[in-house]
Amino acid sequence: MQTPEEYELSRRGVLVGGAASVATVALVPAVAAGAATAPAATPTTKVSFKVNGADRELDLDTRVSLLDALREHLHLTGTKKGCDHGQCGACTVIVDGRRINSCLTLAVMHDGENITTIEGLGTPDRMHAMQDAFVEHDGYQCGYCTPGQICSAVAVLDEIRAGVPSHVTADLTAAPTVTAAELRERMSGNICRCGAYSNIIDAITGVAGAKA
Amino acid sequence: MKSFTYERVDTPAAATAAFARTPGARFIAGGTNLLDLMKLEIETPPHLIDVSHIALDKIEATPEGGLRIGAMVRNTDLASDARVRRDYGLLTRALVAGASGQLRNKATTAGNLLQRTRCPYFYDTNQPCNKRKPGSGCAAIGGFNRLHAVVGASEACIATHPSDMAVAMRALDATVETVDAGGKARAIPIADFYRAPAKTPHLETVLAPGELITAVTLPRPVGGTHIYHKVRDRASYAFALISVGVIVQRDGTGRVALGGVGYKPWRVEGAEAALPRGARPVVDGLLAGAKTTHENAYKLPLVERTLAGVLAQAKG
Repeated sequence: MQTPEEYELSRRGVLVGGAASVATVALVPAVAAGAATAPAATPTTKVSFKVNGADRELDLDTRVSLLDALREHLHLTGTKKGCDHGQCGACTVIVDGRRINSCLTLAVMHDGENITTIEGLGTPDRMHAMQDAFVEHDGYQCGYCTPGQICSAVAVLDEIRAGVPSHVTADLTAAPTVTAAELRERMSGNICRCGAYSNIIDAITGVAGAKA
Repeated sequence: MKSFTYERVDTPAAATAAFARTPGARFIAGGTNLLDLMKLEIETPPHLIDVSHIALDKIEATPEGGLRIGAMVRNTDLASDARVRRDYGLLTRALVAGASGQLRNKATTAGNLLQRTRCPYFYDTNQPCNKRKPGSGCAAIGGFNRLHAVVGASEACIATHPSDMAVAMRALDATVETVDAGGKARAIPIADFYRAPAKTPHLETVLAPGELITAVTLPRPVGGTHIYHKVRDRASYAFALISVGVIVQRDGTGRVALGGVGYKPWRVEGAEAALPRGARPVVDGLLAGAKTTHENAYKLPLVERTLAGVLAQAKG
């Protein structure tokens, strides 16, 4: 039987190979155009932050989103690019304890901050409780939105514990509780094209129950 | 996205000084709207001034018994503040009705007020849009406009302001505090903050270039029952078709502000005297002079029925 690592490697190999062949074709005209009109130097800025506990230092084009810094510069491809406009939640990571859309923020704005991606929550050998629960409850189908769903879910439970209200919290002066309605509302920034929502709610409820 | 240079500043004075050095620069805080627009090259600033680390992130009591909300206070933190939840429930309700948890964790109080419209023709750079490209025309007039304004619009623009938070701020009589490039501070009542589109829909607020919002203040709490009812195409994470924010006192008097109907949160104080008599007479004054298209005419009865429902809810 295939181990998760082998599966990961083989799938990654196919994807990287595919992307490389496309890039080869696409790059030719771009390079030619660049040679004809030498562009002005692209502004870059140095940034240092901690990613999954490790200090990282990068000198980045100012335009690079946190998402692209993670994926393209640090090769942490667990975080996914879906819409790249803050509408789907696939890029959700946790920065200084809070979930954000990594596509809608510049990497250079996060100097000195602490970033946790899906790779930092757990590993195939030592999975985070939320990762375990998603497997247990079959909280995905294609899996593309899953890293974002899991990062978001971990932060959602922290937000409820911290007393952050939501649109469905009945009494604003009382502490919010973990209910299916609360979880559905709080997870609405993470879209799942496959429609695994009910199992995702079961997974999060399972983790919340185990911690209660 | 166009290239830009970037600097981080730590004080409002440094921010306005940086602006004076770099014409065309934009302040960036949460960035959730600005970066989205920069990706589409609707916004193309040559320089970004990162104001997100300025220590304007506190919510403090004012000597008048109200609250002073720092410009950089995140939407999540504002919605969660115990004083806001207790005394300004409408504000928390409006905040949590907007965006997603991820976005509210980044979005700031000042940035929320300065959000640009979600008109699809403003976003589509292949279409004419007087707000995006002054003088190019308006594709929404005569186009798909079920989301568009029914009051306050002009021949040049029928876009709506997308903020939920601003609707609550308007009902609560908030004041926007700013500092300009010369270091001069001023306080702008939110009623006077947004500019009508008229012939210049690209000018959306009364802020001068380089003027920085430092805080939003709320006067003393007014009590009453606070309700924010947002009607949208899906139950969560969608912009308003219309929204109704009310503060209703026990004797039936109160305040009402609307979202999704105009270029600014819409409130007509003169119409509020009719609140004890129900939704119909209020809406007659509130939406007087409304101009609709066949696609957005539904907003008028929708406002009236939503307000009627909200007033019934307030009675308990």
